[in-house]
Amino acid sequence: MTDTNGHATTPIPTQPPLSAENETVIQLTRKDFVSDQEVRWCPGCGDYSILAQTQKVMPDFGYPRENIVFISGIGCSGRLPYYMNTYGFHSIHGRAPTLATGLKAARPDLMVWVITGDGDALSIGGNHVIHSMRRNVDINLVMFNNRIYGLTKGQASPTSEFGKRTKSTPMGSVDTPIMPLTIALAAEASFVARSVDTHTEHLQGTLERAGRHAGSSFVEVLQNCNIFNDGAWRDFTDREVREDRMLFLEHGKPMIFGKDRDRGIRLDGLHPEVVTIGESGVTEADLLVHDEQADEPYLALMLSRMFWPTFPVPVGVLRAVARPTHDRLIEDQIAAAVAKSGVGDLEATLHGGETWTVE
Amino acid sequence: MTVTKELDTDIQELERVTIRFAGDSGDGMQLTGTQFTRTAAVFGNDISTLPDYPAEIRAPAGSLPGVSGFQISFSSSDIHTPGDQPDVLVAMNPAALKTNVGDLPPGGALIVNSDAFTQQNLSKAAYTSNPLTDGSLKPFTLFEVPISTLNTSSLEGLGMTSKQMDLTKNFFALGLMFWLYERSMDPTTTWIDDKFSARPVIAEANKRALKAGYAFGETTEAFHTHYRVRPAKLNPGTYRNITGNEATALGFLAASRLADRPLFYGSYPITPASEILHQLSGYKTFGVKTFQAEDEIAAIGAAIGASYGGALALTASSGPGIALKSEAMGLAVMVELPLVIVDVQRAGPSTGMPTKNEQADLLQVMFGRNGDSPMPVVAPATPSECFDLAIEASRIALKYMTPVTYLSDAFLATGSEPWRIPPLSDLAGIGVSNATDPETFRPYMRDPDTLARPWAIPGTPGLEHRIGGLEKADVIGNVSYDPDNHHRMQTLRAAKVAGIATDISPLEVYGPATGDLLILGWGSTYGAIRSAVERLTADGKSVAHAHLRHLNPFPANTEAVLRSYRRVLIPEVNLGQLLLLVRARYLIDAIGYDRVRGKPFRIAEILDEAERVLAEGRS
Repeated sequence: MTDTNGHATTPIPTQPPLSAENETVIQLTRKDFVSDQEVRWCPGCGDYSILAQTQKVMPDFGYPRENIVFISGIGCSGRLPYYMNTYGFHSIHGRAPTLATGLKAARPDLMVWVITGDGDALSIGGNHVIHSMRRNVDINLVMFNNRIYGLTKGQASPTSEFGKRTKSTPMGSVDTPIMPLTIALAAEASFVARSVDTHTEHLQGTLERAGRHAGSSFVEVLQNCNIFNDGAWRDFTDREVREDRMLFLEHGKPMIFGKDRDRGIRLDGLHPEVVTIGESGVTEADLLVHDEQADEPYLALMLSRMFWPTFPVPVGVLRAVARPTHDRLIEDQIAAAVAKSGVGDLEATLHGGETWTVE
Repeated sequence: MTVTKELDTDIQELERVTIRFAGDSGDGMQLTGTQFTRTAAVFGNDISTLPDYPAEIRAPAGSLPGVSGFQISFSSSDIHTPGDQPDVLVAMNPAALKTNVGDLPPGGALIVNSDAFTQQNLSKAAYTSNPLTDGSLKPFTLFEVPISTLNTSSLEGLGMTSKQMDLTKNFFALGLMFWLYERSMDPTTTWIDDKFSARPVIAEANKRALKAGYAFGETTEAFHTHYRVRPAKLNPGTYRNITGNEATALGFLAASRLADRPLFYGSYPITPASEILHQLSGYKTFGVKTFQAEDEIAAIGAAIGASYGGALALTASSGPGIALKSEAMGLAVMVELPLVIVDVQRAGPSTGMPTKNEQADLLQVMFGRNGDSPMPVVAPATPSECFDLAIEASRIALKYMTPVTYLSDAFLATGSEPWRIPPLSDLAGIGVSNATDPETFRPYMRDPDTLARPWAIPGTPGLEHRIGGLEKADVIGNVSYDPDNHHRMQTLRAAKVAGIATDISPLEVYGPATGDLLILGWGSTYGAIRSAVERLTADGKSVAHAHLRHLNPFPANTEAVLRSYRRVLIPEVNLGQLLLLVRARYLIDAIGYDRVRGKPFRIAEILDEAERVLAEGRS
């Protein structure tokens, strides 16, 4: 299954989390996942759509509500668990992946979602994102990226553009932004994807794939904060331009984009380039073919670096590979220890080492 | 050395002996000390040990900072401390001599490896003249033993390099001490065979070194006497030697069984707490799950997650790590989930002296969080008591749905003593129940007796609910900014912890129930205080000892006990933290006594201070 570095060597089979028998028993709908709490995001916030798509895909997994847990950190995204009629834990800033890691290790039977934002996941909680991914903790981490600190009213975030003027950077940010998907890939995440808040069907499909993936899923959702950073992604996500400015990835398919499906991505040495099919003798056969299951994430890393305006922005699944999950590995070690030595004997363990008896 | 009886010219009977092994940190002094300890323990002596080692794994060989020491006191009577001063000092090189000889009383036995007293080693230890020849060691009974030379000749024919041979010289020293104190070599020989089963040459070399040291004692004219320390009269039972960290790990393992909850341990490596992680990671056959986190925050975060999922969850660290965990500790207070936070204290502030002892995190764990954030605090007094207090911390956490801090320290963690292994049937079960009824479940509905909220774990149908760090509405648990609700919840959280006072053992007093002086202690000062009070009462002084195991809340009778004495003296290895709490809480004019030298108190220090306070009271 894996080489000595724990890297995947075989593609992941997509498995439903429950047996077919159970899946037919549990017939839930979106409404079953709507809690009784009043939603309190700003009117027009992209979070509403992410919440709605999340609630829509939940019944598809076949998990009973009580076996699903949403854990969040701090920020506008952190509110989402209150609105899900599942178990929920609104934790502290940046630490949601740590709670999820412990919960999943203790309770492999649960489906665990981590809801976070660009500040929560990549600034204060960056370390935990990296380590939960490299351990392949079986969680679905959804990062709302609006390139701004919204809840604290408009400071630069780790994904804010260089030179961005915000309340905390009146002369422009002097910090280079980091690329969330590149971080996830570098951290050995076994599932890495991107979607957009307003692309409801694409977002549902992406969340569904993430939920079905066994192991760490990292999903970046490009989300609009209409109060503090309105239009952050508008240049390429708006309906009129999205076909020309975004690259919708499909496994095994050539990287073609554009309203007229006439443009694509070709490799020029070590660099990607945008080409037009039919110009200068370019044919579809010259284009890169997407492979989300590649053993090494070279292609995915390249895609993670491509961004508007130099390139169309890739969305969809960049990487999906099989790797043993953290909770499974822990359980396997326990099973191996028990198989070798039997179930632990407390009396014998207390008497471990040399003992002597006083009459 | 207290000579009780002279048997013949060759054997003297002693009640108690304290030996200190000191050498380079690469010389294996900790191993030597541990082996002597095991042997004395199995023989049936009461024992108490104090390892003292540098934070550097291998400081430059022969240097003063690189000296590692291990002190063991063994006795035919009940003892509480590893001894104020050694009776015998074994110094493997000049640096070890220099840093330790100051503790050796006049007349004490000094055994040195004379081979190590080269010009180079002398200058590394900043000696301007050779102490073996300049007369400066006159006050002591000096035995110069060419340990390296003798040891090397015993290893001839094994085909070892001189460096390999040198690494076995600690066993020569150990063998010599075994002869001197009439000890069997068998436990150590067995240990060597087991440890080096894959490397027969090394095993053979270590055994030869051990026997050579023993034979040297037997045959040489230098040591005309050897000594006997009879077994101690301990309470009947089965015993083993145990360190505080070992007892802590076993205590939580037992608590997991008693509560019938799987144990989850989240931890980040830190001195002197790491042994707990090592130990618990070996208990996989019990289903124990250990998680070496990316940092201290992740360690406690994972523990909170596991607790939310229904496990008995635990995290451990030392002061600097506890500082990092503080925000998450506050989260555990807010969400009211059971959790034990172990703080194996070390000398601070900041990185401080990582391997040295201190008990200065009490106020940190009491108050080092934002907002009023009440948390129970317990503290074991001896290495073996770490077992009992681990169970007690778990009991409080599970019964009251609260994080609990367990304060150990470097002295308890690495020191050892005989532990009477409790029969499992003597350990009370810890009743734990989870909410299951959707009709009656409210996330913050409290048990009227304990004020604990229900523990509803994911997977329970119909109890889906949301918790978090935001203030919760009383009973229903929704997010609430209502001013009166916040006041009520703050009061409830405080009352819940305060109420534990009636559910813990009352403060016990050793000595008269009223009198001139009460010495009040907590944590690892127990042995020194108890020994001092034993001597004072033997002298007819009106002095008693009380030792707190619960620091928050204090036992319900604490104030009554304190007010039964004219003066209260509180010795602490900090600048007066329990003192501050006692004075603030009870308006009692207690007297503090502090020594923060990175070392445990000496009995004599407590004794002198108590005498001073008693004299002050008379004048």
